[in-house]
Amino acid sequence: MSFLTYLINGLSLGSIYAIIALGYTMVYGIAKMLNFAHGDFIMVGCYIIFSVSAALSGNPIIGILIAIVLCTLLGITTEFVAYRPLRGAASPLAVLITAIGVSYLLENVALLIFGADIKSFTSVVKWEGITLFDGQLKIQGVTIVTIVVSIVILIVLQLFINKTKQGQAMLAASEDKGAAALMGINVNRTIMLTFAIGSALAAIAGALLCSAYPSLSPYTGAMPGIKAFVAAVLGGIGSIPGAMIGGLVLGIVEILSKTYISSQLSDAIVFGILVIVLLVKPTGILGKKIQEKV
Amino acid sequence: MKKFTKAFSVFMASALLATSLVGCGDAQGTGATETAEGAAQEEGSAAGATFKIGAIGPLTGGAAAYGNAVCNAAELAVAEINAAGGINGYQVEYSKEDDELNAEKSVNAYNTLKDWGMQILVGSTTSACSIAVSEYTKADNMFQLTPSGSAEDCVKYDNVFRVCFSDPNQGIASAQYISDHNLATKVGIIYDSSDVYSNGIYQKFVQESEGKNYEVVSAEAFTQDNNTDFSVQLQKAKDAGADLVFLPIYYKDASLILTQANTMGYAPTFFGVDGLDGILSVENFDTALAEGVMLLTPFAADATDDLTVNFVKNYKEKYGDTPNQFAADAYDAVFIIKQALESKNATPDMSTSDLCEALKSAMTEIEASGLTSTKMTWDANGEPNKEPKAVVIKDGVYVSAN
Repeated sequence: MSFLTYLINGLSLGSIYAIIALGYTMVYGIAKMLNFAHGDFIMVGCYIIFSVSAALSGNPIIGILIAIVLCTLLGITTEFVAYRPLRGAASPLAVLITAIGVSYLLENVALLIFGADIKSFTSVVKWEGITLFDGQLKIQGVTIVTIVVSIVILIVLQLFINKTKQGQAMLAASEDKGAAALMGINVNRTIMLTFAIGSALAAIAGALLCSAYPSLSPYTGAMPGIKAFVAAVLGGIGSIPGAMIGGLVLGIVEILSKTYISSQLSDAIVFGILVIVLLVKPTGILGKKIQEKV
Repeated sequence: MKKFTKAFSVFMASALLATSLVGCGDAQGTGATETAEGAAQEEGSAAGATFKIGAIGPLTGGAAAYGNAVCNAAELAVAEINAAGGINGYQVEYSKEDDELNAEKSVNAYNTLKDWGMQILVGSTTSACSIAVSEYTKADNMFQLTPSGSAEDCVKYDNVFRVCFSDPNQGIASAQYISDHNLATKVGIIYDSSDVYSNGIYQKFVQESEGKNYEVVSAEAFTQDNNTDFSVQLQKAKDAGADLVFLPIYYKDASLILTQANTMGYAPTFFGVDGLDGILSVENFDTALAEGVMLLTPFAADATDDLTVNFVKNYKEKYGDTPNQFAADAYDAVFIIKQALESKNATPDMSTSDLCEALKSAMTEIEASGLTSTKMTWDANGEPNKEPKAVVIKDGVYVSAN
């Protein structure tokens, strides 16, 4: 029974990684850049929800909606100001380093505004959860919501990319920007839309991350961001189902290795698995199918 | 793959570079302003010599509650000493620097203070920073009294003393306290294996628990890179039937542990050490979750002796906050320095090194009385001798446990 508890904890953690990884993987798939500031978009989303909830002391839904809108704007602005001018730069590293710069900028701005003291985040999920097998197994509301939300996001994204014109434009831009532009696709706008979706996902991930682990500081997004990046690479960066699988595998491996091997070594095991997967299958679990790319 | 490896190594390298640049920027920034101030103060002190005492602590960052407590309380003590006529008739000047809980920045802070003309150091506030700085105070032969650096190595040099208990002593005292007061039959431990402070207490606690009236049933670690999910550690303690969970960690992680224990419906007694001090000040934290949490600390703000009452009143007036144990340690530290300087009739015109020699021999001779204990003495190795005390959180405030 306790194995089930651990497995569900792993699924919950993995679902959060998966939602963050979706943002990473979409941006990589289309813009071919790693947005290392993605983890910090999550932190910004958390602070917005925290502030709005404190100001209105009411329904967290309003906070989440405002956070989604503001994070989307933040993503679009960042893309426009910091990334777009460098897209044609001689070295693809220029934009990567800029992303790291944006990450530090966001962390330090948050440090200035909110201070470094941690804040205790009130869960946006008020539901207690369910109890099974005469109280032996307790699944928290936030866990169930997280898993459901991540599945819904996965399905919606898949439908969006495969069934809509904008989604097809994304696919085209991810395969060949030049050819896509010749076909009449506005590549810049397509990339901007990708950033908007990725950042909106960051806000949702932030709400779920901080509800499950209610401690908020300017560095809240940093480590989950790195782990989600690993998840995206593990699943095959650029692949949307890959990000989902990578996130879930990472979360479950992390919790189970903490439980049954060593609570100290779990990170080493997680990253060790990444190394092995990349050695055996360098494109990641689902990385090969080009048509899966967004 | 190759591309990724390359990209990733570049990322790591640039992250490192960025971190070091941030460090430089800070140091230069504060350095410049401090030197300007220092120059102004040197002109001022040419007229009448003053003792110059500096303090270092994390004024921003995750442990800001400690650094601010230490630096504020030291400032308060200096102000009181000056108002009462100074040390041996000389006024005391005071300056503080931020180290952001980072050992390199702590050394930068030390150098900044040295440029300002510091003769005696109260600090650093935290263990790792204090150890880093002690390498430099040893080389400069400057007297260093850390209020709260509790790792064993903090006082490895003969010029460094401390006010608080060492980590091993906290581990031993906790085990003793739990056993003496029959607090538990089965004990679980959650500790931070990436932190020297937490590790030190954990090891001594386990050693000392041999043959006590309770049993250590689970000992689970976490690291600074993996400190958001405690469900596994708590679940294991619960499955092992622990009725007391020992938390030799800082309040930041502990607040999360208490919240997660509550959501999973696990309610043992939580017992911590001085790192737990500050948990009630976490913004938006439901203090009801901390109800009944015990911590080993030499200071309770509700004590009724005159010294504590006055200290708490003055501190609240000046900084609008109830002082914690770190504040008490720092306040005592400044008065201990005063007592030691007076016992040797030291004057500010002595060199830093001579002052250090005088203070070193004074420390083993004096018997100090302060907020954290009515009777403190020191061995030449820098360790204090005093009685351990514990407090418990009741209705959102700390009250003495016994």
